Amino acid sequence: MGEELKVIVFALGNEEYGIEVDKVRTIERLSPITRVPKTAAFIKGVINLRGIVVPVIDLRGRFNLIETTPTENSRIIVVAVADMEVGFIVDSANDVIDIDTDAIDLPPEIVGGIKAKYLRGIAKLGEGRLLIMLNLSEVLNKNEIIHIEQIEA
Amino acid sequence: MDMNAYLSMFIDESNDHLQSLNENLLRLESEPEELSIVQNIFRSAHTLKGMSATMGFEDLAALTHEMENVLDLVRNSKLKMDSFIFDTLFKGLDALEAMVQDIVGGGTGKADVTSIVASLQIILKSDYSANNASAAPTTAADSSNVSSASGAMLLDEFQSSILLQSIETGLNVYHVQITIRDNCMLKAVRAYMVFDLLERNGEVIKSDPSVQDIEQEKFDFTFTVFTISTLAQEDLQTQLLNISEIESADVTLLDAESLAVLSQSSAAAAIEVVEAAPTAAPIVVKTEAAPNERVAKAPAPASPPGGRTIRVDIERLDTLMNLFSELLIDRVRLEQLASEIKRNDLTETVEHMTRVSSDLQSIVLKLRMVPVDSVFNRFPRMIRDLAKSLDKKIDLVITGAETELDRTVIDEIGDPLVHLLRNSVDHGIETVDERIAAGKSETGTIYLRAYHSGNHVFIEVEEDGRGIHHERVLKTAIKNGVVTEEQAKLLSADEINMLIFAAGFSTADKISDISGRGVGLDVVRSKITSLGGNVTIDSVFGRGTKFSVQLPLTLSIISAMLIKLGSEKYAIPLSSIVETGIIRKEQILHVHGNKMIEFRNVIIPLVSLSKVLESPDFNEDVEDETEIVVVRKGEKWAAITVDEFIGQSEIVLKTLGKYLTNIETISGATILGDGYVALIIDPNALIK
Repeated sequence: MGEELKVIVFALGNEEYGIEVDKVRTIERLSPITRVPKTAAFIKGVINLRGIVVPVIDLRGRFNLIETTPTENSRIIVVAVADMEVGFIVDSANDVIDIDTDAIDLPPEIVGGIKAKYLRGIAKLGEGRLLIMLNLSEVLNKNEIIHIEQIEA
Repeated sequence: MDMNAYLSMFIDESNDHLQSLNENLLRLESEPEELSIVQNIFRSAHTLKGMSATMGFEDLAALTHEMENVLDLVRNSKLKMDSFIFDTLFKGLDALEAMVQDIVGGGTGKADVTSIVASLQIILKSDYSANNASAAPTTAADSSNVSSASGAMLLDEFQSSILLQSIETGLNVYHVQITIRDNCMLKAVRAYMVFDLLERNGEVIKSDPSVQDIEQEKFDFTFTVFTISTLAQEDLQTQLLNISEIESADVTLLDAESLAVLSQSSAAAAIEVVEAAPTAAPIVVKTEAAPNERVAKAPAPASPPGGRTIRVDIERLDTLMNLFSELLIDRVRLEQLASEIKRNDLTETVEHMTRVSSDLQSIVLKLRMVPVDSVFNRFPRMIRDLAKSLDKKIDLVITGAETELDRTVIDEIGDPLVHLLRNSVDHGIETVDERIAAGKSETGTIYLRAYHSGNHVFIEVEEDGRGIHHERVLKTAIKNGVVTEEQAKLLSADEINMLIFAAGFSTADKISDISGRGVGLDVVRSKITSLGGNVTIDSVFGRGTKFSVQLPLTLSIISAMLIKLGSEKYAIPLSSIVETGIIRKEQILHVHGNKMIEFRNVIIPLVSLSKVLESPDFNEDVEDETEIVVVRKGEKWAAITVDEFIGQSEIVLKTLGKYLTNIETISGATILGDGYVALIIDPNALIK
């Protein structure tokens, strides 16, 4: 038996994703976002999170998935990694589960169009349910953003 | 006694003393004959020794003790300072600083100081051998050690000189003998009340037994103090007797003679070295005779302290600031609500609250202001060491060290200034030979100035060195790919100067360990820009260079003009706004494809904010009349077109967080009264 890991489960399209609960600061409903000019398209802007200005990115855009209009179920998951606080816009976030670290497999090269380096692994939850564990520090890797910006420019 | 409670105080005070040691040693180096400086140094060293010994930092105390011994010889004119002694003392200071830093970091403050101690002892010994021929200096030198060790009621030279100076400046010096009733249960409390009374009206110079012993009730029923007081003899006596359970209080007014007798007789009695007294006397006279303003400073500690201060944890100030920011956001919201609801008594209350909160704001901001001296004070030493290692002669002239800046700025500005100063020493000031060849004085001068101007603080680093060689800068810039040759031809003199701030630029012919690693000036500029300031260069080849750093007074709350671009709101710092106005379409001039307008008889560029910020729902081209904001960056002006003015407001600066950094034209964000985030525009980025 490996260690127990508490993860927040959220959805992007038909896939289910997981982030360790200790990396998540809070989950918020969508609030008005102030656009920040001259940033990558997936950076939606900044929000006021109880007096702190927090940047918000659209995870669909970050993973080059097709962006959709937010719905009633859309949430902003605010994560804190390496001194950075960033909000992720996700389609929905509605579950906290315990998984066994032994149940996490290394990811295949491409999962749902997302490059493997953004992933920590895939957790099998049984009944054919798969949970994609995100590698947050890669998702928030700034060098890559600079790269993306250069391509866009 | 729980030492931890005193540790932070110990660290603070040690740092103060180390700083003053550093400063005074530097001063002494330039005026080696000035014995009053030695007195100051000795006093700091002595206090430091006492504090470290009390706190149980033996190594710290031991090293300070050795340094003190050397200083003691110097102030008794038995030893002449030379560069070896200075270097050894400076090394000792560095070691002390390292130890204190270790203690700050939670260490034990232990360090191997044997080599420095050995050098200090060599200094002591060589002195002894040199002086052995003259009359018994050894015993005399020992006298102060013996006296402080014995703890008998005698005044050391320093104390008696303070008393003597106080007498001469007309202050009352008393010898007070207090006897507490023998049935008193809380002797220490009564003694404390006595000390409290004395310190309220002056200063206690010496007490027997020591204050610590008295606090711990380690005394019979009698103790004596030497005190400087503003009270008349009778008043003092009456007030002392008013304290309950005081049996008697003998107050004797001392004059110069009785003081001399006292210190002489007690000294003689305590050590039984007849030579000691004559040695002590001439020293006192000597310091007195020196007609110097610094001597006049010495009695200063004797007078009641001017300002009463407390030390506050920085985190608490930050918390206060954050809470106040929240309050400010609510205040703006309240103002809006009040103007919507339009009820007189509500409006009045909100207006009153606004006034109170703006007073509160200025106080909160003032609390966070720190004199820039706290950064400047380490520079004299740094320049001295650098100059020495490069074999250059350099004077550092500091002015405006009392200029105050927000603590957040102070914390960040140190490193950039170090870089600029190192650059001046290394690249600016020439070697002695070069200077003589250029017909300049041997010693180069670096001026470090700080001053307020408007909402900004300026810090200038100016030297009279070689100045910037444009040809060489251009050559290097082209070689390192900073500019192309075609671009280079179009650059103005100022622009060439600014090239040295470009990344990867270094004109040093050889890489030294001081500067010239190619990192440095570009880092300086980006740091200063990130603080909301900017840096400019003025240089005359062969005459010198001046770096001018402009910094905002505070980084936390600023006045800003809120504007609208379609549905979006932005803030422009008021400090860079010259004027606002409205222009009609036909007033816009087209020069070389650029839009310009005439403003106060000058043609200035017109910048479309909606285009720069890629506004999704506003385009001024469709409007016949456009609101403009005229902003300035140094001497340059530009007009910025906006959709609509909202009004002026105090805004709290927030960063965009670490994820979004270096966004052109946006310097930060603020939270408006309605809870929305508005971005703050950096006008400097709009003016090219």
